[in-house]
Amino acid sequence: MTVPVLAVRDIAKGFGAIRAVDGVSFEVRPGEILGLIGPNGSGKSTLFNCILGQLTPDRGSVEVNGRSVSGRRPFELSRLGVGRTFQQLSVFPKMSVLDNVILAGQEHRGSLLGRLFAAPDAGLTAEAERLIAFFRLGHLRDEMAGALSYGQQKLVDAAMAFMAGPSLVLLDEPAGGVNLTMLAGLKERLIAYNREHGTTFVVIEHNMEFVMSLCTRIIVLAEGRIIAEGPPEAVRADPRVIDAYLGG
Amino acid sequence: MKRLLLLGLGLVALLVAPLGQGTYVTYLLCSWLTFGIAAMGLNLTLGYAGQISLAQASFMGIGAYVTALLTLAGWPWLAAMPLAVAACFLVGLALGFPALRVQGHFLAFVTLAFNTLFFLVARNEDGLTGGPYGLSGMPRPDFGLLDTAQQPAFYYFTLAVFLAAAVLLWGIVRSPWGRAFKGLRENPIRAESLGLDTRRITLMAFAIGSAYGGLAGALFSPLVQYVEPGSFAFAQSLRILLMVVVGGAGFFFAPMLGAAMVILLPEVLRFTEGYYLMIYAGAVIVLMVVCPEGLIGLGGRLRDRFQAPRPRGDLQEGARP
Amino acid sequence: MAEFLQVLFSGLATGSIYALAAIGFSLVWQAAQVVNFAQGEFVMLPAFFVLVALHWFGWPLWAALAFGLAVAVAVLGLLFKRLIVEPMLPAGGLPLIIATMALSILLKEGTKQFYGAEAQPFPSLFPQSTVRLGGAVVAWQDILNLAVSLAVVVALTLFLNRSRIGRMMQATAQNPAVAEILGVNTKRMVLYTFLINAALAAVASVLISPVYLAKFSNGETLGLVAFIAAIVGGFNQIRGALAGGLLIGVLDNLTATYVTTEYRAALPLVMLIVIILWRPQGLFGTAEGRQV
Repeated sequence: MTVPVLAVRDIAKGFGAIRAVDGVSFEVRPGEILGLIGPNGSGKSTLFNCILGQLTPDRGSVEVNGRSVSGRRPFELSRLGVGRTFQQLSVFPKMSVLDNVILAGQEHRGSLLGRLFAAPDAGLTAEAERLIAFFRLGHLRDEMAGALSYGQQKLVDAAMAFMAGPSLVLLDEPAGGVNLTMLAGLKERLIAYNREHGTTFVVIEHNMEFVMSLCTRIIVLAEGRIIAEGPPEAVRADPRVIDAYLGG
Repeated sequence: MKRLLLLGLGLVALLVAPLGQGTYVTYLLCSWLTFGIAAMGLNLTLGYAGQISLAQASFMGIGAYVTALLTLAGWPWLAAMPLAVAACFLVGLALGFPALRVQGHFLAFVTLAFNTLFFLVARNEDGLTGGPYGLSGMPRPDFGLLDTAQQPAFYYFTLAVFLAAAVLLWGIVRSPWGRAFKGLRENPIRAESLGLDTRRITLMAFAIGSAYGGLAGALFSPLVQYVEPGSFAFAQSLRILLMVVVGGAGFFFAPMLGAAMVILLPEVLRFTEGYYLMIYAGAVIVLMVVCPEGLIGLGGRLRDRFQAPRPRGDLQEGARP
Repeated sequence: MAEFLQVLFSGLATGSIYALAAIGFSLVWQAAQVVNFAQGEFVMLPAFFVLVALHWFGWPLWAALAFGLAVAVAVLGLLFKRLIVEPMLPAGGLPLIIATMALSILLKEGTKQFYGAEAQPFPSLFPQSTVRLGGAVVAWQDILNLAVSLAVVVALTLFLNRSRIGRMMQATAQNPAVAEILGVNTKRMVLYTFLINAALAAVASVLISPVYLAKFSNGETLGLVAFIAAIVGGFNQIRGALAGGLLIGVLDNLTATYVTTEYRAALPLVMLIVIILWRPQGLFGTAEGRQV
């Protein structure tokens, strides 16, 4: 049996009297695209932040490739091969697209002191250009990231998440605010990347259509617990899920 | 190509600048280069890395006092200077720790408080610093072939140190560190999530910027041959900050331009006598209201207005934090 | 013991005046996210408005005080908001810090040029006699300064909590977007905050100037102390700023009397650094509302 890329064991987190996440466990196998859905307030963002070390869970543990990552700072998580995107726009607005993407890779090369004496691009221009071209941003390479459209910035954000060659990428509402054409493109690129590199994804998303067509497996959260799990068609038909969404 | 030509012209101008000038003008030029170094350092901390510091004068002070004490004790300048720079690097590293907890206005006040504490220590510890009367009579460095006791020679010595410091800084901001500093300024949370150890790079931004302050102090001591606490009070930090912001924080050449404005403008406004500080402060307010990006930003904006839009590669050095 | 009481009392009196400046500071910060580096000069200046009315126009004291308050509110409240803060809000952050610092130089140098560099005696508002309280000799001036400052703080608190406008101002400070939706004219509320800040500064000015004399450079320490008081108090509430101001006033006097005069100015600075590092939400503050 292979080691799961991500293993979440019995995570719980409360805020005062509210139990946002109440004992959630699941595993993600290599190459999977796992969707994490649930109505508003179901605890998926809290869970996400617990996995990424932004919040300290009250109990439970998180393992990446068999290594515990509890208590690690975000940059260490990144260096362990966990990439992520952000719900809000998260680029470096006054740097070029190329510099944005190079920055996403350079901290994974050599030592801090070594980087002071490294080539200005840390030898990453070619790799960054490949990734920029992969996300169809080639013509915008030298533009300031802040000058791009919303959808284009989302693509830059995604490209950055992949630059260091992560084994696991967590996507936080990638579809939010992106227009339909752009969204189809983003989904197609994500699937293509997954096929080419076998990278594992965990996706939090509101847009059901997007999740259903992107993910290979879906976990549904409601009131801090997993209420359903399975392939998209099964989850879509599950009465408990329909209840949670309609009754919520 | 055009850039290289401009750079060459600038160099030639710097080389011929003191020729045929009186002692006072040469002194002003030395002062400009010295403060230019301090402002360069602050530009790294503030302009590139986005960490506000109102303590740059205290680092000039530490550098100046260390150099003064050591050279008065008979050390050669070349031995005293590295110690001054190293001391500032370490103190700057320590001052970086508050920046890991607080940002913005709070950081501004912590650094301001540090500067004022330094001033109090310099004024009160008579045994070490000479108290309010300060230290005087520091020798100017003598390198055998080049004795800098006279004004033109001292200018070329200052210029050499200035150029070395500028080239070194250019190397730093061009290296991956430069990109990391800008990433810290633009979006620290995203930068951390991409593997950037934001704590370390924040500390480095403070330490290197402060070391440049120390280097400026090491030059200030033999230039003025008199160091006293008042030269390194908070008001002086404010002047250095103005050099950076008036020039345009985050642009490589901005501190040189800003330092020229801050040092030379008072000379130009001398005829207004006591009003010059008022005019000056008023001009700064107007500049900040009209163009918060500083003079280089103002220049860029004017050019954009009169020229067809084109790729903004020229702004790659970054901008206001 | 008697000396201690005296020192304590005069510390409370100065501290309560610091608190006025600190409260203004916090209010403006909450309403507009503006840290006013010229706050010290805002406290220095109104005393000179009063002196101008007294000596140049030859007005009686009460009229001069009213004049000082009115000019302070107009210049340090209205004009400051309209000419400097408002156009710069979009640029935010650093340029605004620089601009308020430049403003502090402008006000300081302006005062020096137009009124002179020497410390000016300022007429006392209260009798110069003393009273014996439990063995300590306490100046009426200290007692009344404390009383007036506290009265102003109480009145301000009542205004903010009880009156309609006060509550709208609080709503604006806490969540401008929601306040806007509820029909509050948030722009106007922010303006009121600036006016109140100017008025508080004016009161502080006429209370403190008889003690320290009116001098163009008074703002340097006053601004710093006000900010420190606000930080100590937690930066987001009136009670905190009041407590912070009193604490600093007392500690300042105690250090100067019992420990060291040379490093008297160092104590608040050390306090500032320690508190920011150890308890950034302030001694009396809560963790919320302190993100910068």
